[in-house]
Amino acid sequence: MPHIHPETELHNPQSAKPPLDPHLKALENEAIHIFREVAAEFERPVMLYSIGKDSSVLLHLARKAFYPGRVPFPLLHVNTGWKFAEMIAFRNEIVERYDLDLIEHINPRGAAENVTPFSHGSALYTDIMKTEALRQALDAGQFDAAFGGARRDEEASRAKERIYSFRTPDHRWDPRNQRPELWNVYNGMIRKGESVRAFPLSNWTEVDIWRYIQAEEIPIVPLYFAEKRPIVERDGMMILAEDPRLELLPGETKREEVIRFRTLGCFPLTGAIRSSATTLDDIISELETATVSERQGRAIDRDQSGSMEKKKREGYF
Amino acid sequence: MTAPATANAVEHVAAGEVLAFPAQEPARAARDSRPLRLITCGSVDDGKSTLIGRLLWDTKAVKEDQAATLQRDSNGKQNDLGLPDFALLLDGLQAEREQGITIDVAYRYFSTDKRSFIVADTPGHEQYTRNMATGASTADLAVLLVDARVGLLEQTRRHATIATLMGIKQFVLAVNKIDLTDYDRARFEEINHEFRELALSLGVRQVTAIPVSALKGENVVYDGRASMPWYDGPTLIEVLELATTRSAQTVGFRLPVQRVSRPGESFRGYQGTVAGGSVKPGDSVVILPSGMVANVTKIVTFDLVRNAAVAGDAITLVLDRQVDVSRGDMIVAIDSQPLTGLAFDAQLVALQPEGIQPGKRYWLKSGSRRQRVQIQPASQLDLKTGKWNHAEQLPMNAIGKVHLAFDEQAIFDTYEQNRFTGAFILIDPDTNNTVAGGMITAKRSALGGIHTEDARVILSLPADLADQLMATELFAGRREEAEIRRVSAGKAVEIIDDIDG
Ligand SMILES: Nc1nc2c(ncn2[C@@H]2O[C@H](COP(=O)(O)OP(=O)(O)OP(=O)(O)O)[C@@H](O)[C@H]2O)c(=O)[nH]1
Ligand SMILES: [Mg+2]
Repeated sequence: MPHIHPETELHNPQSAKPPLDPHLKALENEAIHIFREVAAEFERPVMLYSIGKDSSVLLHLARKAFYPGRVPFPLLHVNTGWKFAEMIAFRNEIVERYDLDLIEHINPRGAAENVTPFSHGSALYTDIMKTEALRQALDAGQFDAAFGGARRDEEASRAKERIYSFRTPDHRWDPRNQRPELWNVYNGMIRKGESVRAFPLSNWTEVDIWRYIQAEEIPIVPLYFAEKRPIVERDGMMILAEDPRLELLPGETKREEVIRFRTLGCFPLTGAIRSSATTLDDIISELETATVSERQGRAIDRDQSGSMEKKKREGYF
Repeated sequence: MTAPATANAVEHVAAGEVLAFPAQEPARAARDSRPLRLITCGSVDDGKSTLIGRLLWDTKAVKEDQAATLQRDSNGKQNDLGLPDFALLLDGLQAEREQGITIDVAYRYFSTDKRSFIVADTPGHEQYTRNMATGASTADLAVLLVDARVGLLEQTRRHATIATLMGIKQFVLAVNKIDLTDYDRARFEEINHEFRELALSLGVRQVTAIPVSALKGENVVYDGRASMPWYDGPTLIEVLELATTRSAQTVGFRLPVQRVSRPGESFRGYQGTVAGGSVKPGDSVVILPSGMVANVTKIVTFDLVRNAAVAGDAITLVLDRQVDVSRGDMIVAIDSQPLTGLAFDAQLVALQPEGIQPGKRYWLKSGSRRQRVQIQPASQLDLKTGKWNHAEQLPMNAIGKVHLAFDEQAIFDTYEQNRFTGAFILIDPDTNNTVAGGMITAKRSALGGIHTEDARVILSLPADLADQLMATELFAGRREEAEIRRVSAGKAVEIIDDIDG
C-alpha cells in the first residue's frame, strides 16, 4: 500500500477494537441516521468526495450505514486538475478497494479555456473550476441530494446551516429563509429540480474528526503527516513545489522543509504548516494546542468575512 | 484583560467549590460523556449572542486568526468599553451583521476541562421564532436572557414556554447587562422573583438565576465578585458543567424503520436508530402498524455482531421470520407498546406566516413515518395571562393545542415519555415547507370526540393547597381542561350543597 500511511492501514472488521467513547459514538450514530434517511427519501443521492480527511470520515460512515450492503450511491469528485498528485493516487486506490462508483468531473469549459489558479486568480478560478463545475456535475447526474462533509465549526456561515440544506433549481442557498429543523425529523420534500445538500458531519469538530480517524483506523492521504517536502513561499503561504507546472516567480526559491497540511485542496491554493507531527497522536496534540484555525491555510477563504456565505449562496459547496 | 480573572478562576477551584468531578487530564476528560446541548434564548437584543461569544472567548475556543477577524470586523462598532463585539462570533450571515440582529440559529462547540458543549444561539426576534424552536428541540438546558433594565417581556415568556413544551427542564436565568444598572441587587432579585412565578406556572423547577454582564464577562466564565460582592452563587460555566443531559427514555424498545437492507438473497435487515429502550437477540417484538410478531435473531453493525443495542444506537436488526416490514413501520417491544390510533391530541408551535389552518390536510412526519393528517386547533396559549383560549386557527408563532385526525393508523408515544416517538413536524403540501413542530400529549378514544362526555369532579380546597396542585407539571399540561373559580369557604359549601341537592 504505497499511498496509505502505515498508521492507518485498513482494519479487519473482526479485529478487537476498543469501543468508541460516548461522544464519538453519539456523533457516529447521528451521521449514520442522516445517511440512511437521505438514501431512503431521495431518488438520486450522490456523495461529494474531495479526498480530504472529512471526506474520508464521511465515506467510512457511509460504509457503516449501509453495511452489509454496498454504498447505494456514487461518489462525485469535482476535479480541477490542480489537486495534489498524492490525492488522486489515494482516491483511485480507495475506490478500487471499497468497490465504489466514482464519477469524476472537470469543467470542460475551464479545461478548454485553460483556466488555472495562476492565470485567472484564485477567486475566478474557484468560481469556474469548483462552483460552476459542481453545478454542471449535479445537473448532469440529476441528483436530488448531495452529501457533503462540511462541519459547522469550520466557519461562521456554516455554523448557521441546517443538516438538510435546501437548494433551489439553480443551486442557491437562502440563508435568511431556511426550513425549521426540529429534533432529528428531517423534511426531505422537494419539487422537481430542487435539491438538498445533506451534512452528516455538521456537529463534528476538527478534533472529533482526528480522534475518530484514529479510533476507527481510517486511511487518509499521507500529506496530513509531517515529512520533509519541497516548498516555495508565496503570498505568505508555503506551497508544495513538486508539480512541474508550478513556475517559480522572480525572487522565489525552492527549499525543503518539514511540513504537513491541515486541509487539502488544490495545491497552488493550499498552505502547508511547519509541523513535526508524524502520527495521529502528534496531530491531535498539535491541534489541542493550536492557536490558529484550520481555514487559515486556504487562500479562497481569506478574502473577507462573509466570503464563504457568498460562495455558498451561488452554489459552492 | 483576562489575567486577573484567570487568577480568580484558579482560586475558585482551589477552594473546592466546584470540584464535583475528580481532577482529570483536560482534553480527554471532556470526551468521557455526551456533550451538554444548550440554547440561549430571550427577547431581541438582550445579549444572547454576546453571551455565547464571551463564553467562546473565555474558554479559549476562539483562535488567533478568528480573533483578528473579530477585531477587524468590530472596527467602528466598538462599544464604550473598547471591547470587541462578541456577537459577531455568532452572527455569521451578512444580513445579520448589517442589521445587528440574529436571524438564524448558530451552532458552536466548545469545551472546558470538565465537559464539552454544543450551544445553539437562537434569535430573539419574534419573526424568527421558528429558528428558536429549531434550537430548542434538541437542547438539554436553556439559558434565558433578560435585559436587567427591561425585565421580562412577552417574547421572554414565549421562549420560556416553547423551551418547556419541548421538554427542557433545566433553566438558567441570566439577568444580563447588569453593568448598566450599576450592579443593582434589588433589580436582580425583582426579575428573579418575577421569573420564578412564570417558571412555577410552567412547571419548571430547576432554575438558577445569575446576574451577568455578557459584554464584560462577569459571572460567565470568570466571577464578578469585584463588581457584585453581593452575589455568591455559581458562574454560568459552573452551572453548565454540572447540568445533566436528558436521560435515555424509559419506555420500551422502539425502532422506527428507516430502510430495509437486502444486499443479497440471504440477508434481510431493518435499519434504523433505536428511539427508546433496548434490544437483544431473542427478544420478542411487534411490527407496527401490522401487529405481526417476530423474534430478534441478530443485531448487525459494521464492526461486529452485537449482543445488545440501546437508545441512540444506529443498527440493523435481523428477525427470525419473513415478515412484511417497510420504511415508516416501527419495531417495538412486545410487552411495552406505543399508542396506535387515528386520533391524537398534541401541542404545537406554528412556525410560518400562513399559520395552521383548520381542516387542511398536511403531511406529518415523525421518525421515519410520513402520513396525511388533518388538524383541528382547540386552543391557543395567551402568553400574557398563561391561559389557554379557544381558537379556530393558529397564526404564526402561536402555541396551540390541537386534535390530529389520520386516514391511516398513526404510532406515537406521548412526548413526555419519549422525545423521539412523541415528536412530529407538519409539512405544508403546497410549499413543502415545515410549518409546525408538535408534541403528542394523548391518544383520543374516538374521532371527533370532545371532552364533553368525560366525567368531571368538583373539588373544594384550601387556596394554598390548590396553588400547589396547580403548580405541578401534570396540572400545567392539562390546564385548559380545568375550570377554576376562587370563592370563599362559605360560598363553596353553598355550591356543593346545591349540587348534592
Ligand atoms: N453594557 C452591556 N451591553 C451588552 C451586554 N450584553 C450585550 N450587550 C450589548 O447589547 C447589544 C445586543 O447584543 P446581542 O448579543 O446582539 O443581542 P441578542 O440577544 O443576541 O440579539 P438577537 O439575537 O437579535 O435577539 C449589543 O450591542 C451588545 O454589545 C452587557 O452585558 N452589558
Ligand atoms: Mg443574537
